Amino acid sequence: MADLTTMQRLEPPAPKAEFPLLGRIVRGRPIVYLDSASSSQHPRAVLDAMEDYYETSHANVHRGVYAIAEEADRRFEAARMAVGRFIGAPDPEHEVIFTKNATEALNLVAWSWGRANLRAGDVVLLTDMEHHANLVPWLMLAEERGLELRWIGVDDAYRLDLAHLERLVDGVKLVGVTAMSNVIGTITPFAQIARAAHAAGAVVVADGAQSVPHLRTDVGSLGCDFIAFSAHKMLGPTGIGVLWGRRELLEAMPPFMGGGGMIRDVRHDGFSPNELPWKFEAGTPPIAEAIGIHAAVDYLSKIGAEAIESHETALTAYALDTLTERFGDDLRIFGPPTTDSRAGVISFAFRDIHPHDLAQVLDQAGVCVRAGHHCAKPLMRRLGVTATARASLYVYNDVSDVDALADGIAAAGTLFG
Amino acid sequence: MPGLEDLYREIILDHYRSPRNRGELPVPPAHRVEGFNPLCGDEVVVYVIVEGDTLVDIRIAGQGCSISQSSASLMSASVKGKTLDEVRDLIRTFKSMMSIHETKLGDGEASGPGAEVFDVDDAVLADPEALGELAALQGVVKFPVRIKCATLSWNALAQALDELSAGASRSS
Repeated sequence: MADLTTMQRLEPPAPKAEFPLLGRIVRGRPIVYLDSASSSQHPRAVLDAMEDYYETSHANVHRGVYAIAEEADRRFEAARMAVGRFIGAPDPEHEVIFTKNATEALNLVAWSWGRANLRAGDVVLLTDMEHHANLVPWLMLAEERGLELRWIGVDDAYRLDLAHLERLVDGVKLVGVTAMSNVIGTITPFAQIARAAHAAGAVVVADGAQSVPHLRTDVGSLGCDFIAFSAHKMLGPTGIGVLWGRRELLEAMPPFMGGGGMIRDVRHDGFSPNELPWKFEAGTPPIAEAIGIHAAVDYLSKIGAEAIESHETALTAYALDTLTERFGDDLRIFGPPTTDSRAGVISFAFRDIHPHDLAQVLDQAGVCVRAGHHCAKPLMRRLGVTATARASLYVYNDVSDVDALADGIAAAGTLFG
Repeated sequence: MPGLEDLYREIILDHYRSPRNRGELPVPPAHRVEGFNPLCGDEVVVYVIVEGDTLVDIRIAGQGCSISQSSASLMSASVKGKTLDEVRDLIRTFKSMMSIHETKLGDGEASGPGAEVFDVDDAVLADPEALGELAALQGVVKFPVRIKCATLSWNALAQALDELSAGASRSS
């Protein structure tokens, strides 16, 4: 159990009281939400912004000349600018594309940039740490085009093995790397990989689904050419994701999906695409969701990246210490043992209890954790397991959440003997 | 832990800790079928030897959670030595026990697999003893996500019997 000073020191920067769902009583006690790496909860500010939009200015964007349509348009484009500023985009007006989620953003890169630029025998370099979202689109394209895939491995310290980086990037056309693992919490040396990849003439794609919600993100210093992330992992709504790309790359790319909004002209014999960013936004976009992600980045910015990182680092350290002290060798953590280049995504196994059984007992204590392969099967194979239990921390979690997790694990130990 | 006793009955934990008929059988004479739950990565491998119309031996391999493993163990103990008709009856009865919950929700599927399912449901509800130790798994229906775990090995066994009878009808 944490002493009073530890609890004060680890006061969350986002008070739980501002998140309606976190006030919910589940099985007789306040919910303990430790699955933010999967999807985070929403502050009242985000819910209010979306409701206000629906109640006062809902109309389709880019169409109407009447007052509320102009308002909807203005709010939608203001969201684009805010999201762009949040990741240090030099030209957010043209470079920030709203998608359905990070997965669709990565598919956009594969199907638009990939189809236009990759031919049989071309090489794509990925890592063993990728989420399926940054794997399967490339596997599909590899099958269609006859591409060669190369892999950066994961070493026994849960880090990307960069010993042969120079050789691996040699002759590569595209490099796809996660900035933070959704399974083991490792923060990858993305900028170092991007430098090597650029020196070899490759285009570099960042999967920022885990990193953008938790770490200060500046696309310039990260050194990526594209980055994809989802609103619903950063206090925003489901149904909207973001692709940022360098303008000259986006300008040269063909459209991804066709439909309304993405065209300049349509004739019987063809069409000409709209300009950026609308070229990549076919159909009515997620307008309320854009307003939601705007409110989410405002909320996160108000807290400040430094406060978010320092809270999460301290709470991760508390969690790693607590689990190690209470369970010793009975509990195995899959991931770096300290907070050095490591975030609050903690995968673990307890004795030989199956992760599903562990998650079931934790649910009985109102503790929400994930059990399974976390959409990263190549990494699970590398770890030598079919599934893990995973607790993940965010701005609203506190020491009582970590203590409840530890108590639940102890209860599972008692039940399964 | 309160609330979980329906799921983790003592019989279930016993079969999880000390699984019956665990291992492999040589193929042939055994027939081998794999069951796979892509959501959680659980896998079960069922080996059966059928002589005439009797399931004379069965082994279970693979890995998974307490529910999938104990259900496979309980299944192996309950079908060994039974006639194929009896085994098929038991598979039907067990699977209908697992879907009682869905049927009661009235999800519009009642007319799907047919009135037969309803008949079997009634039989199970009227006589829970019919399933013997297997009735311990009845609590799983309160945890819908885990039904797939409980039925994994049963689906594999059903597939094994189907493949064997298809093979037999081809060779006759």
